[in-house]
Amino acid sequence: MTTYLLRRAASSVIILVGISILVFWMLHVIGGAPGRAVLGLRASQVSVDAWNKSHGFERPLIIQYLTYVGQLLHGNLGTSYKQNQSVDAILAEHAPISAYLSGLGLFFAIMIAFPVGIFQAVKRNTLSDNVVTTAAFITYSMPVFLLGLLLIQVFSLTFHVLPALAPAAVSQNSSLIGAITNPQAMVLPVATLTLVSVANYSRFMRSSALDALAQDYIKAARAKGLPERLVLLRHLVRNASLPMVTLIGLSIPALLAGNLITENVFNYPGLGIMFINALNQEDYPVLLAYTLMGGVLTVVGNYVADIALTVADPRIRLA
Amino acid sequence: MFREMEALPVTAPATVAEGGEVTVIQSGWRLGLRSFAQNRLAVIGLVLIVFFVLFCYFGPFLYHGNTTVADVVNSNSAPVQGHPLGTDSTGFDVLGQMMVGGQASLEIGLLAAAIATLVGTLWGAIAGLAGGVVDGLMMRIVDVVLSIPLLFVVLIVGAKWGSSVVSLALIIGVFSWLVPARLVRGEVLTLRVRDFVAAARAAGANRSRLVLRHLIPNALSVVVVNITFQVADAILLVAALGFLGFGLNFPTFDWGDMLSGGTTNLMNGYWWQVYPVGICIVLFVMAMNLIGDALRDALDVRLRRR
Repeated sequence: MTTYLLRRAASSVIILVGISILVFWMLHVIGGAPGRAVLGLRASQVSVDAWNKSHGFERPLIIQYLTYVGQLLHGNLGTSYKQNQSVDAILAEHAPISAYLSGLGLFFAIMIAFPVGIFQAVKRNTLSDNVVTTAAFITYSMPVFLLGLLLIQVFSLTFHVLPALAPAAVSQNSSLIGAITNPQAMVLPVATLTLVSVANYSRFMRSSALDALAQDYIKAARAKGLPERLVLLRHLVRNASLPMVTLIGLSIPALLAGNLITENVFNYPGLGIMFINALNQEDYPVLLAYTLMGGVLTVVGNYVADIALTVADPRIRLA
Repeated sequence: MFREMEALPVTAPATVAEGGEVTVIQSGWRLGLRSFAQNRLAVIGLVLIVFFVLFCYFGPFLYHGNTTVADVVNSNSAPVQGHPLGTDSTGFDVLGQMMVGGQASLEIGLLAAAIATLVGTLWGAIAGLAGGVVDGLMMRIVDVVLSIPLLFVVLIVGAKWGSSVVSLALIIGVFSWLVPARLVRGEVLTLRVRDFVAAARAAGANRSRLVLRHLIPNALSVVVVNITFQVADAILLVAALGFLGFGLNFPTFDWGDMLSGGTTNLMNGYWWQVYPVGICIVLFVMAMNLIGDALRDALDVRLRRR
């Protein structure tokens, strides 16, 4: 087991290095030397060149990359071109509220998708199974923003139960406190993220539970007279959940993308809004820092999923 | 199919042969095609696709909606005579826009999927066949690009260079060939130890012949199934780009661009600017997914999506 985890750790590190190279290269190719972006259109070419030189943008690419990685390892993601603020500070300002939103979405998605998938597998090919499958299929084929807009239509515009947009206390200060103290504003964004993930996870949970149901240990459990409820709880749920651990790890890029779109639908001031604002201002250090963060989260998430699977599944642990 | 069956001498076996009845051997593709045609959902999907192609490409000949000249007097008009689906904030006709915008959406989806499939298939086949260090390196590159959220990269690159149908399709294609590459590599790894590959090699086939004539055709069912999902995903991605305001540049636009500012339009009660085009996207993506699922079942491909 240790060898396996060490080998996975080594390949994760290699992938992380690859991600840093790719992101740096994108920063270089798309952003170029930032003198013009920082000093503005009115600055003279001489001062732009001087700025670039004094900030080391005329050195060989490899040196620039190594400097960049050196800074990364010290937790320094660079300085924003437009906001005269370190990228770390900007990320730290927006990350908590995004983590809160995405965390809630993921939590509810798991709490809903697992039982729904098992229910569908147990009741396979009945009317209720088909209804859920169809609903999941439609949700799955729907752009995330359209789902958000539909929820706004139903709950804010037609029935006036929930606010469509984040209230000023949340949207202007981008504070976690604001989000926590306005729970009714969180309902629709969280519901959007949850539904998208449920549509994805429940399909897999259903097929994973169907596979597990066909196994001999389920027959054995039934044969020895265990009540069906206990067969499902003790034998099916645990075994059917194992592949889901990997799936959730793999779905992190999709979760981040969903978060970005949802925040922009509901004007939620997290990393997604930050990203779009930075894109409008061509503020590449901010854009690429969040992209890098997304890549790191994905790699770390996949690794954590592997560890969790190793701990949960003796067949891997003892192999 | 029937013509060939007639050409064969039809002799009823006197006794049932050992190991079951003797039937005409059909290729996997034929069998697949037949079970595809028997799948009702797949036929619905196919009908939807045909409908949208006709709607987008032949619709403009039958229905002339103004999509180029600003008409401020008639802006944000609800559905009325002359504008069956209303107008948008510039006074463009929504139904006309749906036809023209659909062309861009469909083209980007297909072109991006074609690029991704082409690159991914070659990459996966080469990696799987080469093995060893080359394979390791090529697949690590796949891991790296796959770890970065696709939406982020496409937004960053697309905001800079993706203002036309071709450039946006190129950008999406260039960053989404990773899944087909993995699938094809997996197929090639199992295929390359099969006897017919050994036979081809023994007969003196060189590497490019092996890849192009033996490995890729046999891995094709995986690729074909994946294409449908690629098109669906590309169209969703383009729609998201348009919604966020980083889609195509006027005068070109796609379905997603029509939904930029969707939240505001909805709050103002301009439902006709949101739902008709939204339904187009959902139906088209659903049709692609239906066909993909049916093809997967028909060709008996085990695929992991995403």
